[in-house]
Amino acid sequence: MVQHDTAPEVAEQLSEFLKRRREQIAHRWADAALFSNVFTVSRDEAVEAGRAVAEALADVARSGRLEDIEAPGFDTVRDQLGRMTSARTQSGYTPTQIAREVAGLRAPVAALLRAEFDDPADERMHACLLELTVLMGTLRLVVLETTINAGEELIARQRQQLLEVATPVIELWEGVVAVPLIGTLDSSRSQVVMESLLEAIVERRARYAILDITGVPTVDSLVAQHLMKTVAAARLMGAECIVSGIRPAIAQTIVHLGIDLGSILTRAGLADALAYALTQQGIAVSARPTAGADSR
Amino acid sequence: MHAPLTPTARLPIGSDADLAWLRQHVRQCAADLGFGLVQQTKLVTAASELARNTLVHGGGGHVEITTPTDGARRGLRLSFVDSGPGIRDVDLALTDGYTTGGGLGMGLSGAKRLVQDFVLDTRPGLGTTVTITEWVSGFPAPRPGAR
Amino acid sequence: MTDFPAVHPEPVPVLALGDILLVTLRGDLYDGAAEQLQYDITQRIANSPVPVGGVVIDLSGVEIVDSFLGRILAEIAASARLLATRTILAGMRPAVAITLVELGLTLPGLATALDVDRALAMLHRAPSVEGGA
Repeated sequence: MVQHDTAPEVAEQLSEFLKRRREQIAHRWADAALFSNVFTVSRDEAVEAGRAVAEALADVARSGRLEDIEAPGFDTVRDQLGRMTSARTQSGYTPTQIAREVAGLRAPVAALLRAEFDDPADERMHACLLELTVLMGTLRLVVLETTINAGEELIARQRQQLLEVATPVIELWEGVVAVPLIGTLDSSRSQVVMESLLEAIVERRARYAILDITGVPTVDSLVAQHLMKTVAAARLMGAECIVSGIRPAIAQTIVHLGIDLGSILTRAGLADALAYALTQQGIAVSARPTAGADSR
Repeated sequence: MHAPLTPTARLPIGSDADLAWLRQHVRQCAADLGFGLVQQTKLVTAASELARNTLVHGGGGHVEITTPTDGARRGLRLSFVDSGPGIRDVDLALTDGYTTGGGLGMGLSGAKRLVQDFVLDTRPGLGTTVTITEWVSGFPAPRPGAR
Repeated sequence: MTDFPAVHPEPVPVLALGDILLVTLRGDLYDGAAEQLQYDITQRIANSPVPVGGVVIDLSGVEIVDSFLGRILAEIAASARLLATRTILAGMRPAVAITLVELGLTLPGLATALDVDRALAMLHRAPSVEGGA
């Protein structure tokens, strides 16, 4: 990146201008898209937000670090900008559109700055305008940074929600809960499965918990270990965990891990697991009615 | 920069009352930082194991609690410091079931399994420092509904 | 869960419910109190004029079980078994169970129940000690 040299007296002059005219700047910004679309309820709020940003820019200009997005002056408005950009993101704006709105904040300030000078050819004016452009460019980067951070946070939250949605715990019978797992199990998902199944045991006062992995094609050793830990944790809580639908490949992984399958209750399918749980509770499960056999 | 939610603290480890107080303090710090319930419980349990080691094997010492940040990530770091005899065979001490203190031999090895980061620094005759760090997983905002 | 769990420097009471001993653990337990409890339970079983039908330890109010408390619980059950008495751990919380398993303490041979009611029902259904572990 080409380092741009700022004459200290120009930066000082720009800072002084931003501070002195912050009210006018704030009022003009309040009508700009970025502020007016975020603070829809009260224009006073928009003006107040604009004033804070103008003051922050004045601080950054005074410090001389006009190109530095880490300049301390920005810290005071980072939260505020974050709230504004996340409001824009939530109404469907892309980072590019937000950046364009930030770019739109320069023109009204530049107009005010030009009005400060009587002579339109004044070199000091051009120097100040150049510095203002640099400063507004840095502000745009700061806003982009907060937008991206907010986006990452949103993705993390959605990933968590997706995990929870993808692992429904259902009550099959009074005292019998089950998680039918479908698709690839990774470490973080099996962690969520473990926690939701154990929570369900407490909530439903379930004596039996069925972990059905018929829909899981394969597991790695870490996930297999998670499954075994779930069984052990359920037992500590006073519930019995039944693993149903273990595919041959998964059985092999478990054997390779050296886990004693004798300590784990397994059944071929979800139905067999449920039948076991019901029988254990003294509920008679009778064989299939013979009607099906007659039709052959 | 962000101001730390929980200030740095230094607590003594000299009695089983200190252990109880440490557990409560770590629980509170972890809850403030937004750790989920399971992560909190693992962290408090690891702290309890290591503090008991400091007390039983190190002849007492102290714990330093800090809240490091790594980018947007926040963490809780606990350093257990003693000036006891040190550990002669670290690999052996980290083996499940190995014990010199009459416990189950799960203290060090178990604590290591409970946290994301585990660093053991020991010098025979000079003492032992065990530092564990746990990072808040997922998004940084504390969950108000979390128990 | 805003308030701190109570710290118990004082001994944990052992209650008699018919022929069953019920111990309710809450909050954070001092090491000394846990050791005292182990001694108390063993003494109560040994000195009881009538055979003790079982010991139920209610853990629903306990937020952490480390290897020390885990060892104490296993030893209580082992000594009770030697005195022909069953021990049932009741109401362990999910987070505590996950942590214990991660720690490597699965407490094999220890009977567990979802809550005190279930534990009492288990003891009444099979009042005698089964032979093996």
